[in-house]
Amino acid sequence: MLRDITIGQYFPGESIIHRLDPRFKIVLTILFIVMVFTGDKFICLSVGAVFTVLVILLSGIKIKMFLKTLKSLLPLMLLTVLLNLFFIKSGDVLWQWKFLKITSEGVDISIFMIVRISLLLMGTSVLTYTTSPITLTDAVERLLSPLKKLRFPVHELAMMMSIALRFIPTLIEETDKIISAQKARGAEIDSGSFMARAKNLISILVPLFVSSFRRADELATAMECRCYNGGAGRTRLRQLRSAPRDYIALAVTLIFLAAAIVLNIM
Amino acid sequence: MAVVETEELTYTYSIGTPFEKTAVDHVTLSLRDGGITGVMGHTGSGKSTLIQHFNGLIRPTSGRVLLDGKDIWEDKKNIRDVRFRVGLVFQYPEYQLFEETVYDDIAFGPKNMGLDESEIKRRIMDTANDIGLPEELMKRSPFELSGGQKRRVAIAGVMAMEPELLILDEPTAGLDPAGRDMILEHIKNYHRRTKNTILIVSHSMEDIAGFADSILVMNKGRLFCYDDTVNVFARLEELTRIGLDVPQITKVFDSLKHHGIDFGKQVYTVEYAKKLILQRLAEKEGL
Repeated sequence: MLRDITIGQYFPGESIIHRLDPRFKIVLTILFIVMVFTGDKFICLSVGAVFTVLVILLSGIKIKMFLKTLKSLLPLMLLTVLLNLFFIKSGDVLWQWKFLKITSEGVDISIFMIVRISLLLMGTSVLTYTTSPITLTDAVERLLSPLKKLRFPVHELAMMMSIALRFIPTLIEETDKIISAQKARGAEIDSGSFMARAKNLISILVPLFVSSFRRADELATAMECRCYNGGAGRTRLRQLRSAPRDYIALAVTLIFLAAAIVLNIM
Repeated sequence: MAVVETEELTYTYSIGTPFEKTAVDHVTLSLRDGGITGVMGHTGSGKSTLIQHFNGLIRPTSGRVLLDGKDIWEDKKNIRDVRFRVGLVFQYPEYQLFEETVYDDIAFGPKNMGLDESEIKRRIMDTANDIGLPEELMKRSPFELSGGQKRRVAIAGVMAMEPELLILDEPTAGLDPAGRDMILEHIKNYHRRTKNTILIVSHSMEDIAGFADSILVMNKGRLFCYDDTVNVFARLEELTRIGLDVPQITKVFDSLKHHGIDFGKQVYTVEYAKKLILQRLAEKEGL
């Protein structure tokens, strides 16, 4: 059940997308988000769609994985559709029942929003699917390093991020285990009345908190044993270096972005 | 008594991802009723996945799990009743404790079964007696206890449900030898009192040898063998080939045999070995 969560998962590979410099990948992802949000016409969105498909194909990751991500956010998308469908009053009325009204514009905008959210999810998933969490936080640290001059704790932030990312799978596994253990004792977690479920949640949360604190404690001790005392003077095992392909990827993305902007104005 | 069987049971993890793996592969078996069975297998042999099928925590990818001849997944609503009849104690069960007092924590399972207060109390007292938890601990917080005590409270939490089949996944993991012997002794107490079937997963051959009357061996997701303890340890070479060990005393007697000193019996506990040697010596004296 919890195993099916795919957001933030990394699939090792050797594709061109995998090999891009993670710093570039983050910037490209931001450009992609701008690309998807820049226009309000279907034609600009189609530029984003072509870009997404292109990147997904290049990444060599199965389309199925991306569809799984979409599935996990289906409730959010449905909510967006419902809100747009019933609250947009302009355009031709297609269907009416008492105070509820569906207009042609409402339908248009709903479809537009669905496509936009889907593209956004799939496109940004490429980043986490093709970049290991450790490299990702390295890249974040490097990208934010100018802020160090403003006394912003960049290293600490990056360390916190990598620890958090590192422990997501561990905690999921742990939660899975505790849920199973309590289920074995007859706790109703995915069946039974709402009250029973809420009560049984305690039997999961308490052990989970206890073990999180224990893990944090152990990690802190382990880090101290290895003389960790912050970012100053630390060197890196993996140096980030940009290659020509990174600049090509940047250029391609910029062309797509320009196309989206131009098509929107036209 | 609960009769648990599986038919062509198969389970595959993460279907459709690069991490796809078949953990249990067409396993057909019928668990022996009433005795103590040891479950052995190399890490990743599928034993933990297999046992989670017995009480319906995992739904098979294909194949069936039968309880008293009925498919446990036939009616999903009854799956809780299956879990009351087949109890499962996970590895490191002390991490599941959550109640304010030891008593309440042990009572969690029995309460979920909907038993009345006096029956719950009776079961908790009996189990506490089996597992060696003194009365004065009952009102303490489970988080104040020592590691070994926590483990016993957690095991008691499942035992108090008095399942007809009790499955324990490495109940002695991470304990010192004294703690290990104690836990096994407590499990035996429970077995003697309730006469319920027990399935115990363990890496330690020595533990299983002196404890179980039959052994189920898993290898690479498949059922390797399921037989009396004597017969399983007789297959010393095959077990070694799949990365398992037999008790040290069995190895000693095996090599004695190769040196021409044949006792003609399978030996897998030190006590039995001692008895055989003394017998042999007595025979010699007698001559």
